[in-house]
Amino acid sequence: MQSITNVTLVGVGGQGILLTSDILARAAALSGFDVKKSEIHGMSQRGGSVSSQVRFGRAVHSPIIPDAESDVLVAFELLEAVRCFPMLRPEGKAIVDRRDIVPLTVSSGMQPGVEDRDGLVAKLYGDRARIVDASRIATEIGNVRTANLVLAGALSRLMPFEVGAWHDAMRARIKESLLAINLQAFDAGRDLVA
Amino acid sequence: MSNIQLLSGNEAVAHAAYRAGCHVAAAYPGTPSTEILENIAKFNGAIDCEWSVNEKVAMEVGIGASIAGARALVAMKHVGLNVAMDPLMTYTYVGTHGALVVVSADDPGMHSSQNEQDNRTLVKFARAAQFEPADSQEAYDMTREAFELSERTGSIVFIRLTTRTSHTSTPVDLGDDFARGEVVPKPYVKNIRKNVAVPANARLMRVEIEKRLEVLRAEAERSPFNRIEPGDKRLGIVTSAVAYTHVKEVFPESAILKLGFSNPLPLDLVRRFAAQVDRLVVVEELDPVIRDGLLTAGIPVERYKTELSMMEINPTRVRALRHELLGDAPPTAAATAPIEVPALPTRPPVLCAGCSHRGVFHTLARLGATVSGDIGCYTLGCAPPLGAMDTTICMGASIGAAFGMRKAGLKGRLAAVIGDSTFFHSGMTGLLDVVYNRGPVTVLVLDNRITAMTGHQQNPGSGRNLLENASEPADIAAICRALGVKRVAEVDAYNLTQLREVLEAELDCGEPSVVVVKGDCALAVRRKTGAQPYCVDPEKCKACGACFKLGCPAIIRGAAKGKTFQAHIDSTVCFGCNVCHQVCKFGAIAPIRSEESR
Repeated sequence: MQSITNVTLVGVGGQGILLTSDILARAAALSGFDVKKSEIHGMSQRGGSVSSQVRFGRAVHSPIIPDAESDVLVAFELLEAVRCFPMLRPEGKAIVDRRDIVPLTVSSGMQPGVEDRDGLVAKLYGDRARIVDASRIATEIGNVRTANLVLAGALSRLMPFEVGAWHDAMRARIKESLLAINLQAFDAGRDLVA
Repeated sequence: MSNIQLLSGNEAVAHAAYRAGCHVAAAYPGTPSTEILENIAKFNGAIDCEWSVNEKVAMEVGIGASIAGARALVAMKHVGLNVAMDPLMTYTYVGTHGALVVVSADDPGMHSSQNEQDNRTLVKFARAAQFEPADSQEAYDMTREAFELSERTGSIVFIRLTTRTSHTSTPVDLGDDFARGEVVPKPYVKNIRKNVAVPANARLMRVEIEKRLEVLRAEAERSPFNRIEPGDKRLGIVTSAVAYTHVKEVFPESAILKLGFSNPLPLDLVRRFAAQVDRLVVVEELDPVIRDGLLTAGIPVERYKTELSMMEINPTRVRALRHELLGDAPPTAAATAPIEVPALPTRPPVLCAGCSHRGVFHTLARLGATVSGDIGCYTLGCAPPLGAMDTTICMGASIGAAFGMRKAGLKGRLAAVIGDSTFFHSGMTGLLDVVYNRGPVTVLVLDNRITAMTGHQQNPGSGRNLLENASEPADIAAICRALGVKRVAEVDAYNLTQLREVLEAELDCGEPSVVVVKGDCALAVRRKTGAQPYCVDPEKCKACGACFKLGCPAIIRGAAKGKTFQAHIDSTVCFGCNVCHQVCKFGAIAPIRSEESR
């Protein structure tokens, strides 16, 4: 990897993207890296596209990832995965949840939708993307809202941190009563990527 | 010993205020500044903090605290400073007693704002001191120093954040002395010549403020926040704030003058730097404030063609500048898409499922009303398929603007639409103007009992203050009657029949009238009580599309029926507000459980 690692997380408001990027940034900091986590919220809370960027390395200056220089893209939704393909480096990797959230512009019939979204992601990314069933696994665990931690678990296989740093970051950010199920989701995510 | 934490710029400002012994903090919520006061509130009342009714009041509370000898901080988004300019412009003449630190958070790129004004120009206009942090550590260090500088010099001190510094988390060393700073407020001193801005005194202050600017300039010349970072002298770059971080990434070898204390400009330091380098350029975000300041002082700054003065800048845009200046920037190689990607549907923000504003805009659209809108979640009523808003300008403008439209001879139904928090902020004065001047304007106050858009802050109507203590909930209908409105109605936001009856009557009444539309924010309710979703009976759905026109994210396309589509309700998204049930003429939409939910 380069001296700075760039991770972009994209999806839809309400999917837990900001929590996930916060855990990633904390895990990086706990692993001794300089880190910057940058996100845009506000209007995004209302069902719009959301993205968060985490950069870590020996010394990170700009909080913004240059165009087409994400080393890893985590897409919480298929359409957003297609939309954000240009952010990835040619040699970058992606983790994509096989999850559809139909935008209102499509469900209300104002704009045409896109057919075969997971096929499109597969063709677009080729072997750079791992399409995983994070939302389905989270539902099986008992709470679809832990899909973000399933994705974090899959992401952890690509990051140069000890698993303990992830656990410590999760403990710092997730309340006690929900920690066990989130740790379970995280472990299930780790199992998805060898 | 160090104590390193990952903090956003807003959190860092809050920690610094605590450490600096700040006594009083006041703000009105506004993205990206909101979390500053939310985090100050976490210190359990150690700092007397409040959500003020608007930014002008917040500034006045801060000024009063400063006059009385306390250390005060006020925070607002960039457009909030417009509201607070009146007290600011005179208190800067008076000068501080206890410290007054003003945090102004700009929004380059307008991620969640109606304009892109660069408030550095307003700070210069106000002849105040300004710090521009580039990351959270600087936000912490500069805020702590801002309190000291304000008391040392008598200047109001600005911390100028941007969305990127407010909402980026970076490591901050809170040090081994992280504790509440115990600073005793200065004793109040009655001083009429200093504190009463009548013309005779203001003329004296007018001279003083120029002297204070010279004191500040001397402070800026020796401030550790202004520093030369040695490098290749063939190109020298003067830069500030988050632009500095992009410059460090893109021009790692160049000589840099980093300005953290940027008003007034340390011109001697800049001249020394200019003398060391062959070429001198300025890289800053938004308006060329620093560049023009240097040019005015006769310092030769090279101009360039690369456009950096509009929208948020980033390393990619600064690389374009490097390419122009040095000609050696490596091109950014994007991955080439192996297939042709179809045009993708957009995903704009929308009113939430179950939002209490939806039925209002649906009804206004059906009544063919011209709608003068305001600032809040309900501004999303402008988006298709509702499309029920004709104009939105700024906080509180809906009422005066509607009156002006009437005066211009606009015919037909006309409504001003304003939220509860915005009504308290600056709608009440507009309404009094309508009453006083007998304007035939109908005002809809959408009362969801919370300041929703910025993330659910308490307001005078919610019965709770910033520290979640109980307070008297303001009664909007009673306020309107007290202002002299004879026709005041209250309706249930979720009852479409009642909404339509009342709105028809009020929009056609030809005199000042107010309809308070009551319905708690669905997000807040859902958090407390959960949702009881509805579903569509495919046997009964005729695919007429009436429910699609509500623009509800829970209602999605189901099976095709001829050329149109049946509706389907996503039960994980549905809140159970019942509005789609009311627009369905065929009785096809009902609660998933058979018993009535509302």
